Amino acid sequence: MSPRVQVYVIAALLALIGAGLTAYKHFELGFPLLPGEYRTVWTIEAKVGFDAEGGPVKAALTLPREQRNMEILGETFSSSGFGFFIARENDEYRAVWTRRSAEGPQSLFYRLDVYQTPGAALEQPLNLSTQVQKPFLGAREQEAVRLAIDSLVKQARERSSDVESFTTQLLFELNDDGNQDRNLVFRHYTDKSLVDVALLMLATADIPAHRIRGLYLEDDRRRLAPEDLLEVYDGQRWIVFEPSSGLPGIPENFFIWQRGGKSLLDLEGGRNSQVTFSVISNDVPARDVSMRSTKGEKEALVDFSIYSLPIEQQSIFKLILLVPVGALVVVLLRIFVGLRTSGTFMPVLLAIAFIETQLLTGLSIFVLILVLGLWVRFYLSRLNLLLVSRIAAVVVTVVLIMGVISVVSYKLGIEQALTVTFFPMIILAWTIERMSIVWEEDGPYEVIVQAGGSLLVAVLAWWVMTNRYVEHWTFNFPELLLVLLAFILVVGNYTGYRLSELMRFRPLIK
Amino acid sequence: MLQFSFKHIINKVRGGMVSPMALNEMGILGMNARNINYIARYNDREKFPIVDDKLNTKRAAKRAGIPVPELIAAFETPASRKRVMEVIDPLWKFVIKPARGSGGKGILVIAGRDGDKYKKISGSEVEALDILRHVNNIHSGLYSLGGKPDRVMVEALVDFDPVFQDYSFEGVPDIRVIVFRGFPVMAMLRCSTHSSDGKANLHQGAVGVGIDLATGKSCHAVQRGLRIQHHPDTKMSFGELKVPGWYDLVRLAASCYEMTGLGYLGCDIVLDRERGPLLLEANARPGLAIQVANGVGLRQRLRFIEGLDEEMLEKGVDERVAYSMREFAAEKTL
Repeated sequence: MSPRVQVYVIAALLALIGAGLTAYKHFELGFPLLPGEYRTVWTIEAKVGFDAEGGPVKAALTLPREQRNMEILGETFSSSGFGFFIARENDEYRAVWTRRSAEGPQSLFYRLDVYQTPGAALEQPLNLSTQVQKPFLGAREQEAVRLAIDSLVKQARERSSDVESFTTQLLFELNDDGNQDRNLVFRHYTDKSLVDVALLMLATADIPAHRIRGLYLEDDRRRLAPEDLLEVYDGQRWIVFEPSSGLPGIPENFFIWQRGGKSLLDLEGGRNSQVTFSVISNDVPARDVSMRSTKGEKEALVDFSIYSLPIEQQSIFKLILLVPVGALVVVLLRIFVGLRTSGTFMPVLLAIAFIETQLLTGLSIFVLILVLGLWVRFYLSRLNLLLVSRIAAVVVTVVLIMGVISVVSYKLGIEQALTVTFFPMIILAWTIERMSIVWEEDGPYEVIVQAGGSLLVAVLAWWVMTNRYVEHWTFNFPELLLVLLAFILVVGNYTGYRLSELMRFRPLIK
Repeated sequence: MLQFSFKHIINKVRGGMVSPMALNEMGILGMNARNINYIARYNDREKFPIVDDKLNTKRAAKRAGIPVPELIAAFETPASRKRVMEVIDPLWKFVIKPARGSGGKGILVIAGRDGDKYKKISGSEVEALDILRHVNNIHSGLYSLGGKPDRVMVEALVDFDPVFQDYSFEGVPDIRVIVFRGFPVMAMLRCSTHSSDGKANLHQGAVGVGIDLATGKSCHAVQRGLRIQHHPDTKMSFGELKVPGWYDLVRLAASCYEMTGLGYLGCDIVLDRERGPLLLEANARPGLAIQVANGVGLRQRLRFIEGLDEEMLEKGVDERVAYSMREFAAEKTL
């Protein structure tokens, strides 16, 4: 068989397998082909990590309770080697992992699927204690702090009419950098957070309050730390406050993990414990959501699939699965159009960075780093350095530029620019090196042409990769990659003209 | 109204392009077809090092008895750099180039000296330190594919045949011949211009002159894709251009087939006043601009060679050259 025929045979087989698996998944297993009538189901994973000290270990993690605005569809616990049970104490659920002896780093997982019921209010009657324990601020060295706290409370009370407005005023003061009293208090309680201090003051003011621990639900978040809200009792009902804005009400997409009560994690027999959260959103058909929420038991759709991975890996895979699509865009633009790019797959890496940074931010950061980097690189070229150390010097420069961009933009309040870290540094350094060679040999015009070409391809790749259909297909039907592979193989056999050649050879046709 | 504007847009887009059918009819070879049908099929990967490294090319040419510009010295390691100044100190004219450079990158031509200063061919002067930096850059792999560390060659400057003096501005004219399975199929002369900055790359504004394989006379000339009759700087008419010793030159190109073993090959040749044609470098991935320079597509000629029988393909160099000169004469194809 000639290589050409082999390519077609292999491509046909791959396409057939890919299409077949897709059809099976759709018709037999009910996977939706199109994104659309779906509900967003959030999968939240809590990871308890600690170093066991060798003796018996007991870890207890507070679990979220049923809530009216969030429907819990299913839970899983992963605890290899550990005994496990769910304890119920004082209205609280706690997952308890136990083991006779363990040593070294340990990871325990708890995962739950949650469906956000739109429009449902937070359930009100909460059987929480409204007892207030006045903080003890008697010691002499705390005189100043006590006065500051009293003054802050007094000020807030003067400016408010009821408990709700009092809390808002108090939080405003606690967020005000210019307030002397507030600064004094925070300097004293260096290890306490805003919510800790607010709770202290509310207790001073004789107002029942507690903290709410939870998470902001955003897709593809890894290693999240839990965030705190404040809940205050005004005599009849509990009101939730967002501490940094001071406004009442639960923020959108906030998932409440723990309401009141004690610690999130108790650990005996280990050190360095921490709880981190990962969040990922899956588009699940409405039918599936209702099925799962009524049955309340988890059904594995496909056992051997990406869904069975820990979600921290799943969300990485969500991105990795988009890379072939970007590669396809590069293939098409080079073989059919004839666009020149600097480096074959540099545009794909750029496109991935753009997905994380948003397009406009990404573009401006890229151009900024390129310009600054080229400038430094030109100076370096006059120092007669060897290539490896020169590139390493450019890498260091790029890292410094990234650091400076982050800090300066943060100070200026441009939070978007903090996403600069998503750019692959080594790739940037190589691009700068290449571009400076092109500059020296072919002039700045060629640099603009090549950088522009790369950016154009990167933007097109970004555009395709962020398409919601493409995202849906790559994640839910990874077997479609076989079809894509088949297509790339066939394209690799194309011997026709490129679009750019239709212009290039125009003078030959007269 | 709608139909009118639709047509208008179509015409506007088409203004910049020609139809692929027309190109196909002309037998224009495209990049994809070149890569798959010729380079991948007729050029063995293992033979690429012979042409990708100019030191290897020189060695192979010596063995095959093909004349090349004299190699004065080669520096393999960064440590030997210290000897560079010793080597070039007694020289007045020389060329420093990377062994693995591509597309004419990294070539420094020194055409004279003025005390401590070295004069480039364009007249600008450089100092010894600049030359050392250039050597350093070459060693670091600045000009080689993929940035691999490279070797530095110091070559004697070719004493150019004055016949091209009026057709080239501040640069070195060279002749590119495409050789397919040992048969020369097309040739062009590349003349640098003021706008190409002394470089012989057509896309940078150099003039491409199609040369008739049968006679060595010019038959077509283009700059930036437009047909021209006179050199834009020297105003010389290309109609009078004839390459001297044409047969020897074509024969030299054709004999590169045996030397490299590559089926699809571009040979860059310069004319020395004393020694005649010299092989500058060979290229396993020659570009397609030669079609524009000649105003003719390559594909028919390549197909023609592909259609030859085994007996013909095993002929010696002289028979192949004679065959090509007969079959691919300008008046026959145009």
